[in-house]
Amino acid sequence: MKSLTKYTLKLADDTLIMGQRLAEWCGKGPYLEEDIALTNIALDYLGQSNNFYKYAAQLIGDGKTEDDLAFLRVEKEYLNAQFVELPNEDYAQTLLKVYFFCTYQKLLYENLSKSSDEMFSALAQKSLKEVKYHYTHSKTWMNVFSTGTDESKSRLEKALENIWEYTGSLFDETEDEENLFELGIIPSSKALFTEWKSLIKKDFAEFNLEFPEAEFMQKGSRKGIHTEYFGFILCELQYMQRTYPGCTW
Amino acid sequence: MLNLLELLSQVPDPEIPVINIVELGIVRGAKMLSEDEVEVIITPTYSACPAMFSIEEDIIKLLKENNLKPKVTTQMFPIWTTDWMTDEAREKLRAYGITPPEKGEGESHLHIPKKCPRCGSENTKELSRFGSTLCKSSFQCNDCLEPFDYFKCH
Repeated sequence: MKSLTKYTLKLADDTLIMGQRLAEWCGKGPYLEEDIALTNIALDYLGQSNNFYKYAAQLIGDGKTEDDLAFLRVEKEYLNAQFVELPNEDYAQTLLKVYFFCTYQKLLYENLSKSSDEMFSALAQKSLKEVKYHYTHSKTWMNVFSTGTDESKSRLEKALENIWEYTGSLFDETEDEENLFELGIIPSSKALFTEWKSLIKKDFAEFNLEFPEAEFMQKGSRKGIHTEYFGFILCELQYMQRTYPGCTW
Repeated sequence: MLNLLELLSQVPDPEIPVINIVELGIVRGAKMLSEDEVEVIITPTYSACPAMFSIEEDIIKLLKENNLKPKVTTQMFPIWTTDWMTDEAREKLRAYGITPPEKGEGESHLHIPKKCPRCGSENTKELSRFGSTLCKSSFQCNDCLEPFDYFKCH
C-alpha cells in the first residue's frame, strides 16, 4: 500500500475512534449543555474521518467505499494511535483526552493546510475551524479542573498519570512518512511532537499544572498494534455491518 | 433561458428553512451540460453536517421535477465560509431569531458581543459554545432575557 494512503488512513482512523469513544457520553453528560458539546465534538470527528476515508478510498481505487474502510477492516489494519482507544473514565480524563487530541490536531492541521496535496490542504483548512472550537472548549475545562477544588485537581492529575505515556503515539509515523514530508505533502511528525510539547508546557503553566517530565512513551502505534481496549470498541463499531452485511439506512 | 440559480433557490436549508442553499453559498455554480442535463456544483459546510445529504437529494428531486437530468458535483476547495452568505440571508436569519455571523469576523468572532436578534441589545451572554446543530451556539440576552442561537462564524 502506498505511503500516502497509509497516512490518510492514519488520520481517518484517529478521528473515527476518537469520535466513537467520545460518543459514549451521548445522553450521559454531566448536564445538558455539556452533553451537547461532547456529542458536537464527536460528530465533528466523525465528519473529518468520513472525509479522510473518502479520500483514502479514492487513492486505493478498487471500488471500496469510505464505509468499507471504516467498518470492515480487521484490528491489525487500523493505523490509529493507541491514545484514541483509551477509555473515557471520568469527566476529567475525557476532557484531558480531548484537550491533548485537539492541541495535536490544531498543530497538524495548521501545517497540513499548506500541503502541496490539494485535498489535504482543503480538508485541513476546513477541519481546523472546527478544532479551534474544541481547543477553546477543552482549555476552559482544564482551567476549571485545575483551579477548582482539590478533588477536581486531583482527578485531573490522576487522568494525566493514566494517559500521558500514550500521547506520544499520536506522533508515531506510518510507513515512509519521510518521503511524504520531503515532497511537501505532510509536516514532519517529529517536529510536530516538539512543537506540541512546547504548546502543552505553555498551557500547563497557565493551568498551574505540573508538566510531566516522564519521557517514556508506549510503542507500536501506526503499525496495527493496539491496546486491550481496541477489540471491544471495534466490536461495537462494526456490529451492524458484520451482522447485516451491506445494510444501509 | 432558464435561470438555474433562481431555480435552485427553491431548495431551503433543511435545518433553517428560511434561507436557501444559494444564498448560503453552498451552490458554487450550475450549468447546462446538454439540452436537458444540468451540473450543480456544491461545497460542503461543516465536515459532519448531516444536512448535506438531504440537500443533494433535494437538488436531484427538484431538477427531475423540472424535467432535467441532474448531476451533482461536490467541490472541496476553496473551502466554504460564512463570508459567502448574502446580506439578504443574514437579515432573514436575524428575523427568524438567529444572530447571523458578520462578514470577515474570522477568528475574532469569539470575542465580539453577539447582538440579541429580538431587542438588538449587545448585553448578552454565552450559554453554550455548542448548540442544537453544528453551525450554532447558544446565547441569552441579559436585557430582554430571551435565549437565542448564534450562527457561528466559519
